[in-house]
Amino acid sequence: MTALLEAEQITVGYGAAPVLHAVDLSVPAGAITAVLGANGAGKTTLLRTLSGLLRPAQGRILLDGQDLRGVRVEEMVRRGVAHVPEGRGVVTELTVDENLRLGGLWRKDRADTRRALDEVYELFEPLARRRRFPGHQLSGGERQMLALGRALVGRPRLLLLDEPSLGLAPRVTGQIMALLRKLRDTTGLTVLLVEQNVRSALSVADTGVVMSLGRVVAGADAATLRDDEDMRHAYLGF
Amino acid sequence: MDRFVFLTFDGLGRGAVYAAFALALVLIWRATRIVNFAQGAMAVATAYVGYSVANATGSYWLGFVVAIAGGLLLGAAVERVVMRFVDHSSPLNGVVVALGLVLVIQGVLGMIYGNEFRPAGAPFSRDAFEVGGIALLSRFDLFVFAAVFAVVALLAILFTRTNVGLRMRASAFAPDVSRLLGVNVGGMLTLGWALAAAVGSMAGMLVIPTELGLHPNAMDIVFVSSFTAAVVGGLDSPVGAVAGGLMVGLLLSYVSGYLGATVAPIAVLVLLVVVLLGRPAGLFSRSAARAV
Repeated sequence: MTALLEAEQITVGYGAAPVLHAVDLSVPAGAITAVLGANGAGKTTLLRTLSGLLRPAQGRILLDGQDLRGVRVEEMVRRGVAHVPEGRGVVTELTVDENLRLGGLWRKDRADTRRALDEVYELFEPLARRRRFPGHQLSGGERQMLALGRALVGRPRLLLLDEPSLGLAPRVTGQIMALLRKLRDTTGLTVLLVEQNVRSALSVADTGVVMSLGRVVAGADAATLRDDEDMRHAYLGF
Repeated sequence: MDRFVFLTFDGLGRGAVYAAFALALVLIWRATRIVNFAQGAMAVATAYVGYSVANATGSYWLGFVVAIAGGLLLGAAVERVVMRFVDHSSPLNGVVVALGLVLVIQGVLGMIYGNEFRPAGAPFSRDAFEVGGIALLSRFDLFVFAAVFAVVALLAILFTRTNVGLRMRASAFAPDVSRLLGVNVGGMLTLGWALAAAVGSMAGMLVIPTELGLHPNAMDIVFVSSFTAAVVGGLDSPVGAVAGGLMVGLLLSYVSGYLGATVAPIAVLVLLVVVLLGRPAGLFSRSAARAV
């Protein structure tokens, strides 16, 4: 499989001490890749670096083989990268409809943006019933749908998802995972999924990497990771 | 009763200007969490330029437009050159920088134009029409109402009906998320400052002819009243700014009319204290919506 996104030896830190140490990562196109690991392993920092919110001190990041050095965050979405941040990133002061429109404002193709918006409302029926509701009145699950839907309005090629299961009922998590699988199969969407919920992540992922203390300690296809008992005990806690 | 009616109209006219000026403060507060203490001085600076143009060309309206355009430019410049580089680790930093800006602007204006009052004409008569023997409103008052109403309506349309307005609100509430969605947050900040300063400049052009005239400190008292209006309404609430402005205008008018002009500043202070004690986030804020 060709890689859509590659990180080569990236070292990242807030201030002096690095959080990520020489991380290598390859995200294959059209597949779901899970990034697993305990709290503080550097998963969120990795995602924030890949989407340009943080700059690596060393190493480089390639999208389609193109070096992303110097590419501004605002530009990433135009290159097909959508980042759904941890805590869902719904702008709670704006309505559901405004949040979704925000996801497509950068696009030139107004007609297709309109279509994408309608598709999201079809996909997430609870949102359609709450178009005029401000974000702060939504439940956790609805906010997750909104954040995910807003990313989809931009018709991304690569979706970076940070802890989509956080605080959600298992049933809702299951629905979101099923949706990711469906999007991968029908649209060829590439997903990089950061999760603490290892079981649900590995249930949907094609490949996975395991992080610990800012380093990638393992990488394999999802089935192998599921079956590797030593790995599960050492790093994944089940 | 006649006196009450007169004072009410007088208060609303004055309050409309405070409302516009408070709205400008709220625009910047929402976007940057900075109270722009330099807004009065910035408005005076553009009013000087506007009246210079008006005197040189003989056209008040050209001067009026130049003052507002000057506000747009000055606001953008202040954001780009000064405020962008303010460290946000302490809320006081922005305040101190803004106060420094006041000193610089007022000093420069004094050097260029001198520190004496200069006449500032009004485009319309300030003589009030009489209705049933009561002096109600002048043509200039009507102009003030119309101008403030137009600005409030235009801003409301901009923020709630246009994509630029959506981008500006998103940038103010959630800058990082907005950048991830491709919004040029820095550009929205500059635009916000430009618009706010333009509204402030317009308010200056509306209030200066009713005061002693052009002076580097001409907007100081207006700033205090408008700041009070913004806090009373809730610094986060554009609706609150307008309502607060009208409230402060009415209060000042009634108190000066019935109790004497010397008591008026105290009344504003009392209103501020009462609101801060009873509802610290302001009368029109949705205080639960966001922790600052």
